[in-house]
Amino acid sequence: MSMETPLGRVRGLGSSGEGAHHWWIERLTSVSTLLLLVWLAVSLLRLPALDHPTIVEWLAGPLGAVPMLLLIVSTFWHLKLGLQVVIEDYVHDDGAKLFWIMVLNFAAILAAALALFAVLKIAFTGSAD
Amino acid sequence: MHRNPSRPLSPHLTVWKWGPHMLVSILHRVTGAGLSVAGGAALVWWLLAAADGREAYATFVEWATWKWALIIWIPLSWALFQHTLSGLRHFVMDMGAGFELPVNKFWANMTIVGSLLLTALLWAWIILEKGA
Ligand code: HEM
Repeated sequence: MSMETPLGRVRGLGSSGEGAHHWWIERLTSVSTLLLLVWLAVSLLRLPALDHPTIVEWLAGPLGAVPMLLLIVSTFWHLKLGLQVVIEDYVHDDGAKLFWIMVLNFAAILAAALALFAVLKIAFTGSAD
Repeated sequence: MHRNPSRPLSPHLTVWKWGPHMLVSILHRVTGAGLSVAGGAALVWWLLAAADGREAYATFVEWATWKWALIIWIPLSWALFQHTLSGLRHFVMDMGAGFELPVNKFWANMTIVGSLLLTALLWAWIILEKGA
């Protein structure tokens, strides 16, 4: 009997040699997304108001900006991996599959970059409005 | 696709008895996709508006608090609760636990009950507390 865990046995296998890696990162990012969403909910509840000056002041500080940057990376990474599996399940033509996975990657990275830019802009320029 | 038509197909959807675990599996996918599109767009818009300035932020708030926007927010909050609860169920099953039929069905049902309950509680709180 092998002492290897089932996970140990599949690591590095799969059609691209990283199927289990995809699976594992999807788990990792679901845990981090969950933690960061709880952080977001608690933070918003603790803010005295949700108006522009309050939000900007909060996102300008390290305790607002850094977790928010992580939340963006975590959520968009998780949803990119997730939607890729959906595409792989329903689009069987190799060319079409490649096309839609490219569209997904571009869209997810573009959206994440816009969100990251917004937070960095607030963090580096503060509440100057 | 590279499928050899002479090979038999596995028994298909028609021969399986419908159960809560199947609904939850489908819901996990549908809510995941819905959250990605609507939730992703909302997050990006909110942050860009905040970065853009007072006026852009006011426009965002106007849209977000428009009463018909509840048609988006209520399903979106439910989707997040459902996806999170079925995601947690995924973790349990990934560890190889909870596959016995009664247990499996019980927790599948609980994710549905839980997400509806949490959605109701959230909106009751928002409406009572914030007078929205
Ligand atoms: C707004 C945040 C989230 C978005 C946009 C999102 C999106 C998605 C998408 C599109 C999928 C693919 C669905 C499929 O393959 O059928 C997925 C899968 C998954 N999500 Fe999320 N998700 C979010 C939050 C979470 C949270 C908080 C958890 C943790 C409890 C979670 C746990 C999972 C798991 C375990 C999977 C993999 C399911 C599988 O392998 O079949 N997700 N997510």
